[in-house]
Amino acid sequence: MDEKIPQPGEPEQDRRPETESVTRRSFLMNVGIALNAAVALVIATPVVAYVLGPVLRRKEYLAWIAIGEVSDFPVGETKLITFTNPFSDPWDGATAKVPAYVRHAAPDEFTVFAINCAHLGCPVRWFSESQLFMCPCHGGVYYADGNRASGPPERGLFTYELKVQGGKLLIDAGQMPTLQNRASKRPCPSNATQAAQQLVSRIEACPDTKSHGTSASTIG
Amino acid sequence: MPGHKEPWYKRVYDWVERRVQLEGPVKDAVLHPVPRSTASWWYVFGSASLVLLILQVVTGILLALVYQPSAAHAWSSLELLNHELPLGWFLRAMHGWGSNFMVAVVLIHMAQVFLFGAYKFPRELTWIVGVFMLLMTLGMAFTGQVLRFDQDAYWGLGIGASIVGRVPWIGGQLVHLMLGGPMINGATLTRFFALHVFVIPGALLAFTGLHVWMVLKLGINEWPTPGRIVRRETYIEEYNKLAHTDGIPFVPGAVWKDLVFSAAILFAVACCAAVFGPYGPKGVPDPTIINTVPKPDFFFLWIYTVLSFLPPEMETPFILIAPVVAVSALIGLPFVAGIGEKSWWRRPVAVFAVMFIAVCWGVFTNLGTYTPWSPKMDAWSGAAVPVELLQGRTPLERQGANVFQEKQCRNCHQLGGLGGERGPALDAVATRLTEDQLYRQVLLGGGNMPAYGSALSPAETTALVRFLETLHPNYQPASQDASRRVVAQGATQTPVR
Repeated sequence: MDEKIPQPGEPEQDRRPETESVTRRSFLMNVGIALNAAVALVIATPVVAYVLGPVLRRKEYLAWIAIGEVSDFPVGETKLITFTNPFSDPWDGATAKVPAYVRHAAPDEFTVFAINCAHLGCPVRWFSESQLFMCPCHGGVYYADGNRASGPPERGLFTYELKVQGGKLLIDAGQMPTLQNRASKRPCPSNATQAAQQLVSRIEACPDTKSHGTSASTIG
Repeated sequence: MPGHKEPWYKRVYDWVERRVQLEGPVKDAVLHPVPRSTASWWYVFGSASLVLLILQVVTGILLALVYQPSAAHAWSSLELLNHELPLGWFLRAMHGWGSNFMVAVVLIHMAQVFLFGAYKFPRELTWIVGVFMLLMTLGMAFTGQVLRFDQDAYWGLGIGASIVGRVPWIGGQLVHLMLGGPMINGATLTRFFALHVFVIPGALLAFTGLHVWMVLKLGINEWPTPGRIVRRETYIEEYNKLAHTDGIPFVPGAVWKDLVFSAAILFAVACCAAVFGPYGPKGVPDPTIINTVPKPDFFFLWIYTVLSFLPPEMETPFILIAPVVAVSALIGLPFVAGIGEKSWWRRPVAVFAVMFIAVCWGVFTNLGTYTPWSPKMDAWSGAAVPVELLQGRTPLERQGANVFQEKQCRNCHQLGGLGGERGPALDAVATRLTEDQLYRQVLLGGGNMPAYGSALSPAETTALVRFLETLHPNYQPASQDASRRVVAQGATQTPVR
C-alpha cells in the first residue's frame, strides 16, 4: 500500500542491523527469551487455574438443606421462606441468605420455587388473592404452579429438587438458577404432558409442572 | 557556570532537567502546530473526558480509603461515608456525578469525532482504541454500580448473571466465573472491586496514554470542509500544509478553550454533587427483602427497556448477537469508510445514523424511567377505584369493583389514570368487549394476560364482569353481541309465526 505515513525516526533506521547469520549473542538472547516463555507458562498455568477456580469447583455447589417441618406449610398455601446458602463465608453478611417459595398444593405435594424470575433473575412476588407470581422488573407473571402466565420469561419458575425426611422438608440447593444453571441438577420431571402445554413447548424448555391449577393458557 | 546568579528554583529545575531531559519532548508536544480551524469549541470533549477520568481516579482513591469491599460491610461503609465522615457524602457525590458526566462527555466526544470524520485515514487506530475506551468506561459505570452494594446492585448482578447464563454451552460456567461462585455474595463483590479498582482503570489509563499519543503523532483532525476528500496518497501532505503554513501552536492557540471547558465541567460536577448529593445506597443488599423494584443506573435504562420489549424467543439471540454486531460495526467503521468525504454536509447516512441512535436512546431511556411494562405491585391496595365509577351501580356491580381490586387486576390495568400500565386502561372496556368476550378474557386470559379461571369463583367472575360492563363513559353505548339480538328476535318471532 502506498500510504504516506511518517517513516520511523531516522536514528532507529541507522541502527537497523544488516541481516546476518546467528551470532553467539543473538543465540543467547533467543535462549533467554525461550527461558522466559517457559517460566511464563509455568506461572500462567496456576494463575489460570486460580482464576477459573469457581468454574472448576462447580460440581460441589448443591447440598440438601432443611427448610422446615412439613407442618409449617399449610395445605393450599404458598409461603415465602429463607434458607442459608450452604456455601457461604463469614463476610457474605445478608447475602448468605436465600429466599424461596414453598407451595403445598395438596397433602404431601410440595413444590419449592426459586425466587428468581426465569427471565432475568429479579425477585418475583406472590399474590395469594390472584394466585399469581409477578416480577417487578420486566413484567413476567407466573401461575401458582410456576408455569409462565405472561410477559417476557421463556419458561416457568425454576424449582428445587426436594424430599421429605423425618417430617422435615429438604431442598437440594446452592446455586443461583439461570437458564443453564438449574436450581437443581436433576433432569426435568417427565410429567404426563397436557395438550395445552404442547402449545407452548417451543418456549418452555423444561416445564416445571406438577399440573395443578391452570397452565399455559396465554395462547389466544 | 552562569547558574550562580539565577534564583534557587531555577537552579533546582535545571538540576532535575539535566537528569530527566523531558523538556524537549514536552515542548514538542505542547508547541506542535495544529490547523487553525481546530481551535474550536467542538474540540474540547476529548480533553474534558481525560479531566473527568483524572477526577474519577482521584475521588475513587479517596473513597477507597474508607470503603469496605465486603458483602457484610460495604453498605454500612457507604452509610458511614454519607452520614458520619465529614464531607464523605460530597466525595461520594463527586464520584457518582463524575461518572455520569464522564459517560455523557465520552459519548458526545464520540459523536463529534464520528460526525467530523476524524476516524478516517490515518486515525483509524485512534478510533478503534477509543471504542475500547468507551467499552471500558461503560464497564466502569456498571462495576461502580455494583460496588454501591445495595438492592439495585444485588439484583442488577442477578440480571447480569441471567444474561451471561444465556450463552450457549458455557453459560453456566460463565455465571460461576462472573459471580466468583454459585451465588451473589462476598466473592462476587470482591471480584467486582478488583475489576473496578485495578483491572479496568489500569487498562483504561494505558489506552488513554496510547490514544493521546496517537493524537499527538497524527495531529488533531482538521475542521472538515465539503469537497476536501481524504486520500491515502495525499492526506498527510495536505494536513502538514494546513498545520504548518496556516497553523497555530497547540499551546496557547487551542488549549485555552480546553482549559475553560474542563474547568466548567469540573464545576458542573461539583455543583450537581453539592445540590443533588450522592447516589444511594438504597436498601440493604438483603436478598430476603423481596419488596424491591430493581432498576439500573441512568445510562443502562435503555437496555432495561429493550429487554422488556423483546419477544421471549428473540431474547437470547438478540442479547448474544446484538452487542457483537454493534462493537464489530464500530471497529469496522474506519475500514469501511476510511477515506472520502469528512464533512457532515456530504454524509447524510452518518448524520441520520447519529440522529436515529440518539432518538432511540432517548425514547428507550424515557420509557425506562417509568417502566410501563411492569405491574404496579401496590396499585391493588393503594389506588382506589374512582368514586364516579361506583355511583349508581348495583350492589353486585360494586362487589365486582371489590373483586377487581382484590384480585390485583389493578396492578396491570388503570382506572382513572391510576394503576399499572402493563395491560390496557379499562375506563371504557365495555365499549370494546361484549359480555361474553369479557368472561372469556377474564377466565382464559390471552394476549399477554394471565388466565384467572382458577383464581376466581363463579360468583366473583359474575360480579367482576358486571362491574366491567358498566365501564362505558360519556353515554357511549356498551358493545353488544349482534348474534344475541338475532337469537332474541328469533325467539320472540317464533311464537307469532
